[in-house]
Amino acid sequence: MSGDGEQTVDRTSSEERVALLEFREVNTHYGAVHILKDVNLAIYPGELVCLLGGNASGKTTTLKTLLGMVAPTSGEVVLKGEVVNDKPISYRVENGVTMVPENRRLFKRLTVKENLILGAYLRSDKDGIEADLQYVFELFPRVEERLSQKAGTLSGGEQQMVAIGRALMSQPTVLLMDEPSMGLAPALVQQNFDLIQQINEEGMAVFMVEQNANMALSIADRGWVLQTGMVVLDDTAESLLANPEMRAAYLGEA
Amino acid sequence: MSTTMTSSGSSAAGGFRAPVTDQEWSKIGKWGGLCVLALVLVSLIGMPVGLDRRILIHPVLSLGYLSLLWIPLVMGSVVSRHIELEGVESPEPGGRELLAGALTGLIGGAGMAVFILALDNFNLRDPLVNWSPQLLELLTYGRGIGFGALAWILACVLLGLVGSAIHVVPAGLRRVVSHSFFGLLTFAVLEGAISDLSEGFGLEFLTDSIYAKRGGLTVVWSIVLAVLIGGVSMLTKGRLKAAKADYGALQGPERKRASRILFVSVALMTIILPLFLGTIMNELLANVGLFLLLALGLNIVVGLAGILDLGYVAFFAVGGYTTAVLTSPDSPFFAPELHFAVTLVIVVVFAGIVGLVIGAPVIRMRGDYLAIVTLGFGEIIRLLFMSDWLKPYFGGAQGITNVPGVDLGFVVIKGTDPRSVFYLVLVFCALAIYISWRLQASRLGRAWMAIREDEKVAEAMGINTVNAKLLAFVVGAVLASFSGAVMVAKVGSVFPNSFMILVSIIILVVVIVGGMGNIAGVLVGSFVLIGILGGPRQPGLLHEFQSFKLLIYGALLVYMMLQRPEGLVPSARRSQELHQEEFLQDVWLKGEEHEQEEHEAELHAAEAGGSEPDEGSGS
Ligand SMILES: Nc1ncnc2c1ncn2[C@@H]1O[C@H](COP(=O)(O)OP(=O)(O)O)[C@@H](O)[C@H]1O
Ligand SMILES: [Mg+2]
Repeated sequence: MSGDGEQTVDRTSSEERVALLEFREVNTHYGAVHILKDVNLAIYPGELVCLLGGNASGKTTTLKTLLGMVAPTSGEVVLKGEVVNDKPISYRVENGVTMVPENRRLFKRLTVKENLILGAYLRSDKDGIEADLQYVFELFPRVEERLSQKAGTLSGGEQQMVAIGRALMSQPTVLLMDEPSMGLAPALVQQNFDLIQQINEEGMAVFMVEQNANMALSIADRGWVLQTGMVVLDDTAESLLANPEMRAAYLGEA
Repeated sequence: MSTTMTSSGSSAAGGFRAPVTDQEWSKIGKWGGLCVLALVLVSLIGMPVGLDRRILIHPVLSLGYLSLLWIPLVMGSVVSRHIELEGVESPEPGGRELLAGALTGLIGGAGMAVFILALDNFNLRDPLVNWSPQLLELLTYGRGIGFGALAWILACVLLGLVGSAIHVVPAGLRRVVSHSFFGLLTFAVLEGAISDLSEGFGLEFLTDSIYAKRGGLTVVWSIVLAVLIGGVSMLTKGRLKAAKADYGALQGPERKRASRILFVSVALMTIILPLFLGTIMNELLANVGLFLLLALGLNIVVGLAGILDLGYVAFFAVGGYTTAVLTSPDSPFFAPELHFAVTLVIVVVFAGIVGLVIGAPVIRMRGDYLAIVTLGFGEIIRLLFMSDWLKPYFGGAQGITNVPGVDLGFVVIKGTDPRSVFYLVLVFCALAIYISWRLQASRLGRAWMAIREDEKVAEAMGINTVNAKLLAFVVGAVLASFSGAVMVAKVGSVFPNSFMILVSIIILVVVIVGGMGNIAGVLVGSFVLIGILGGPRQPGLLHEFQSFKLLIYGALLVYMMLQRPEGLVPSARRSQELHQEEFLQDVWLKGEEHEQEEHEAELHAAEAGGSEPDEGSGS
């Protein structure tokens, strides 16, 4: 297994596979402000990809457009081959897209259990939900210990576990993560990336937004660099790490 | 007095306590000043004179005097209270606390003395209507200025002392004394209910001896009752808590059985007791029930879904007017004279529709905007019913009269028989409690709570937040319309002015004081506030408060928001979370400093790393 981790995804075959989630020439506006400009992206099954970029470059907006919290003004959002521009968030969640929001944003005054159950809000298979709860506890034994505690009283690391657990409860096939390492103590950041890698190795596609370029690229298969709403670099993680332009773009100097 | 983190904290550790520090003096000054201010203010708004009619202990204590005397007591207690600080050891309370309390009282008493002198020597009756000879008479006990001034100084010092002694005496004694005190107060406040009840049981002789003819407990019985309550408190010490803990520890079927027994006994009590109560008390209970129904509905909207709806009275009005139009023969335009049961179905549908119509546009707004807009809607509905435009349909300011009661075949429920109204209200309340309880634990309830906590994230979970919030609005509207329907059938008429903004505000206070999102809290809130103080127009047990009701509601609201945001009866979770939040904020603030440093260090590292690649090669 560890050998596979090093391998990059076979590009030729992924071209033929159906992308889980895709942007085709997407433009997004907030009112009159043009945020995303002709963005093209694709996430394939089992991939771990990351979107890099400086502050206010449009990373969160990309995720929101993918999930449907913001509607694109032109272009297509494609979910498993189907254009979902007009579909509500719930449709996308039911079809395997879930977001772990920036800063985790747990329901602070609800218990850990209630947070997890809310992750499965759109599901009605009681047994399946119970089984997934057990899966989350296996992944994070700490979470089971804190089940009846208020989510707001957890430590940063624990909150991250609950946030990921909550997202997993919807049985996603692709996990959108908005700056998962933001606000975590430095000691936890590495642990956090290990965790993401682990979830990915279990077969889930992960689309991660990060400012922490080095660490994100060290676990990712591919990456994009977003700058003022435009994709300026699109390459494998290895090439991006080696690319001198990359750092300049990431810092917004180019 | 170790609120000073530095000096007294460290000196306490050394076993030595410095003399009163500057900080403590300023604290005494502050609370003493507040004491004076409160005493003079309460006097000038006319409480002592206005409430003097209501005698609590005959002939020594009236509600009027109590409205003043509690002030130095509470101030003395507050000034000597310790604020527990994490990691700072509080010194044992002792003489300094007593001194602080007495001094605070002294300032208050001195202020009162000056006020009495001023009352005697100046006439400010023109701007201050309550600057009256009656007030002077009352404050001096009718025995001259000198006596009055001295008496106030003495009384305030004593009360300040007692207030501070609360923190000094052993916990056991404090418990017994406070139980006696509040027990006695309860007996005095509930005089009407207790006499009524004992009459129902044929025990008039008992209450005749406990209560004086002109009202109020007799002195002898006050002492007897205080001793009795104190004794009971001593005997049951810890038992109640233990019983509660036992109940909490019960598991599975046993717990279920205990809950069932508890439920059945409470239900039996509420069904049987009114049989022994007279008209006035049943009327009061019916009013409490009507407001409870409203509060339960608002609790779903505000407490669960977090939508601050200030125009809630609109749905109350819709329920009332729909019932009046459909049942009254005097309805000016359309008078089908339907039966109440049929009407009720239409009322539900109608309230639901109005809930949707008002809800749909406002539901997308954020907190403060929504509050303001709903406030407007609430007023608009009342003004519409009041308007000349709709007068041909709803009778304008004259409203619709001659609404029949609820004919059940064997009995007609109407206002002249408040007991029957109470039972009708009880049915609706039971229904509302059941609905609230089931909703709270349902998927929809969880969605509401998620929206209350973080709407954006709730949306990201796939919750249709607009629909969920609309549903909360509709459920709230239906419960309010029930209340309106029953109220109109009870009163027999409906007027636009029964639906003032004030109703919305008072229900909101009931929900907040009881504890938002908490059914038991709403129950207690309704009984305490509506039962004792009264509703917007309905008198409570202390009907003397009529003209001060709004003041007290307002003051309560401010106090609750500042001191006990979790409400009177916090669900264990709310109280834990709100106080934990304070604690967490501290931790967070401390942690933040570290994180800030680390973050800055990271930034520096990143900058250093980022400046390495050559900029020229980029383009
Ligand atoms: N709801 C919004 N309304 C208007 N402008 C927004 C909104 N959200 C974000 N923006 C703006 O869009 C730009 C991109 O934001 P965002 O996607 O959050 O950036 P990033 O996540 O990369 O830091 C920023 O300039 C931000 O100010
Ligand atoms: Mg962002």
